[in-house]
Amino acid sequence: MKKLPLNLIIGTVLVSIVLGTAFLSLIWTPHNYALMNISDKFHHPNYIYLLGTDQLGRDVLSQLMAASRNSMIVALVAVLLGGSIGTLLGLLASAIGGWVEDLVMRVADIGFAFPALLFAIMLAAVFGPSLTNAVFAIAFINIPIFARISRASGNQIWTRDFVLASRAAGVGRVVITFNHILPNILAPIIVQATIEFAVAILAEAALSYLGLGAQPPAPSWGRMLSEAQTLMYLAPQLAIYPGICIMIAVLGFGLLGDGLRDITDPRLAKVR
Amino acid sequence: MKKNKIAFITGVTGQDGAYLSEFLLKKGYEVHGVIRKSATGNLKNIEHLARWKQRLLDDRDKLNFDQTVDAMVDDAIDALRKKLGLNEPILKRYFYWIINALIGDFGQSHSFGVPVSGLISERLSMTMALAVSGMVLTIIIALTLGIGAAANHRKFGDWGVMFFSQLGIAIPAFWLSILLVILFAVKLRWLPPGGFPGWDDPIIAVKSLILPTVALALVQSAVLARVTRSSALEVMRLDYIRTAKASGFSRRRILWRHVLPNALVPIVTIVGMQFAAVVTGTIVIENVFYLPGLGRLIFQSIANRDLPTVQALVMMFAVIVVTANFIVDLLYLVIDPRLKERN
Repeated sequence: MKKLPLNLIIGTVLVSIVLGTAFLSLIWTPHNYALMNISDKFHHPNYIYLLGTDQLGRDVLSQLMAASRNSMIVALVAVLLGGSIGTLLGLLASAIGGWVEDLVMRVADIGFAFPALLFAIMLAAVFGPSLTNAVFAIAFINIPIFARISRASGNQIWTRDFVLASRAAGVGRVVITFNHILPNILAPIIVQATIEFAVAILAEAALSYLGLGAQPPAPSWGRMLSEAQTLMYLAPQLAIYPGICIMIAVLGFGLLGDGLRDITDPRLAKVR
Repeated sequence: MKKNKIAFITGVTGQDGAYLSEFLLKKGYEVHGVIRKSATGNLKNIEHLARWKQRLLDDRDKLNFDQTVDAMVDDAIDALRKKLGLNEPILKRYFYWIINALIGDFGQSHSFGVPVSGLISERLSMTMALAVSGMVLTIIIALTLGIGAAANHRKFGDWGVMFFSQLGIAIPAFWLSILLVILFAVKLRWLPPGGFPGWDDPIIAVKSLILPTVALALVQSAVLARVTRSSALEVMRLDYIRTAKASGFSRRRILWRHVLPNALVPIVTIVGMQFAAVVTGTIVIENVFYLPGLGRLIFQSIANRDLPTVQALVMMFAVIVVTANFIVDLLYLVIDPRLKERN
C-alpha cells in the first residue's frame, strides 16, 4: 500500500468533522438554535453556553451546528444539480460531436464569463432573495465546469479500442455513453465535485452574508457573520466562530479534492 | 362631480401613497389619510398597490368604501404599468433596451428617478480604484511570495507560502475584512472601519481604502502565489537557468530577470481570471466597508426592486470581465513573441 498524500488525510479528517457535526445537529444540539433568552444575551463562553450567546441570547454553538447542516445541504444540492446537468451536456457533446459539441462548448464559455455572484444578484432582483435562488445560482456556475471536464475526458475515452470494438459490434451511442464512457470519466468528475463542493460552501456563505441566501430565522454561517458585523464594538467574538467554521469546511473539501486528484491522476501530483 | 366618491387610505405611506392619492385626486376622489409627499413610480409600487387592493377589499365594510374601489386600484396599477412601459411585449422592451444601451442610455432608475448612466458614472471611479489597487497589490504579494517559495523549494519558506495560500483559498474575503476591521479599526483604531468621505481630503480617502484593498488582495494573492510558485519551479528546471547559475549571476538577478519573465504566461492567465474575481469581489467588499461604488448601488437597487439599474449594472460587470479577458489575450503576444509567428 502506497503512502496516502498528506492533504487527503487532513482533508478527510476536516470533512468528517464537518459532516459529523451536520448529522449530529439533526438529532442533537446543546440548545434550540432559534430559542431566544434575552436575559442571557452576550454571554461569554461558559459551561451552559459553550461558545457564548449572541445579541438575542441564542446559543452560538447550536446555531453553528444547525448552520453546518444548512451549508452542506445547499452545497450538495447545488453541486449535484449543476454537476449532473453539466456532465450530461458534456457527454452529449462528446457523443455527438460536430456542431452540437461546438454549441455546448461555446455556451459553456459564456457561462464561464458570467460571475456566479452576478447571476445570484440577477435572480434576487427578479424573484426576490431566497435560499432556493442561491442554490440555483451556485448550480448554474457548476454546469459549464462539469460540461468542459466531462467532454474533455469523454473525448479521450471515445478514441479507445474497447469503444471502437463496441461500435463495431453495433452498440448505439447512448448505450456506449452510459456503459463505457460515464464509468471511465467518473474519477475526474468526483474529484471536481469535491473541489466544487468547497467553492459552493464559500459561495453560499457569501450570498447569505449579502442577504441573498438563507433568510432569517434559518441558521447560516454567512448571515451570522453579517449580524455579527454590526456588533463589532460590543461583541467581536461573534464574528470569529462562523468564519472559522467556513474555513474548516472549505479547507476540508478543498484538501480532500486535491488529495483525491493526486491519487487518481498521479501525473498532476508530480508537477506540484 | 359625482357623489360618494370618497377614498380612505390608511397605512398607505411614502411613494406608493403619494402616487395613489395623486391618481385618485385626478380622478375626482376626495382622499383621506396620512400620506407623505414624494412621487416616483416603481415596480415596488405595483406590488404594494396590488397588496393594498386586497387589503382594501378585505376591509371594505369597515372602511366604508365606495364600491368602485376595485376598479380604481386596478386603474392606478394600470396607469403605473403604462408609465413604466411594462405593457409592451418583453422582446420589444429588450430590443429597445439594447439599442439604447449601445448609445449609453440605460433608462431611468425607478427608485432614484434619474438616468441610470449618471448613477453609474458617479460610482464607477470608486469601484475601479478599488479593483485596480486590489489587483496591483495582489500581483505584488503573489509574485514576491511565489518566487520566494520557488527559490526556497522544499524549505521552510516554501511550506509557509503553501500554507498561507491554502488558507487564503479557504477564507472568505468578507470574513477577512471583518477581522481586519476588528483588529485595525476597533482595537487599534489606526484606520476607519468603513465608509468613504470623498476625494476632497486625499489622505483620509486613501486611509479608508487601505483595509478594503488589503482584504481583496490577500485572498486573491493566495491563488496567484501558488501558480507563480509552480510556474517558476518549472522554469528553474531548465538548462539556461543552470547556465546562468554557472555563469555566476546573482540569485536575485536569475530569479527576477530570467525565471520570472519566462514563467509569466500561466501567471497572466490567472491574473486575467482574477481581475474578474476582483471586480465581482468589490461587490462584496463595498458592502462590508459601506463604500459608495457600483457594488453598493447594485444592492440598494435590489432592495428597491429597481430593475433598470440592476440590469445596467450586471451588464457593466459583464463588460468589465470580458474586457479584462480580452486584454489578457493581447498580453500573451507581448509576453511571448513566439505566439505572434504562429498566427
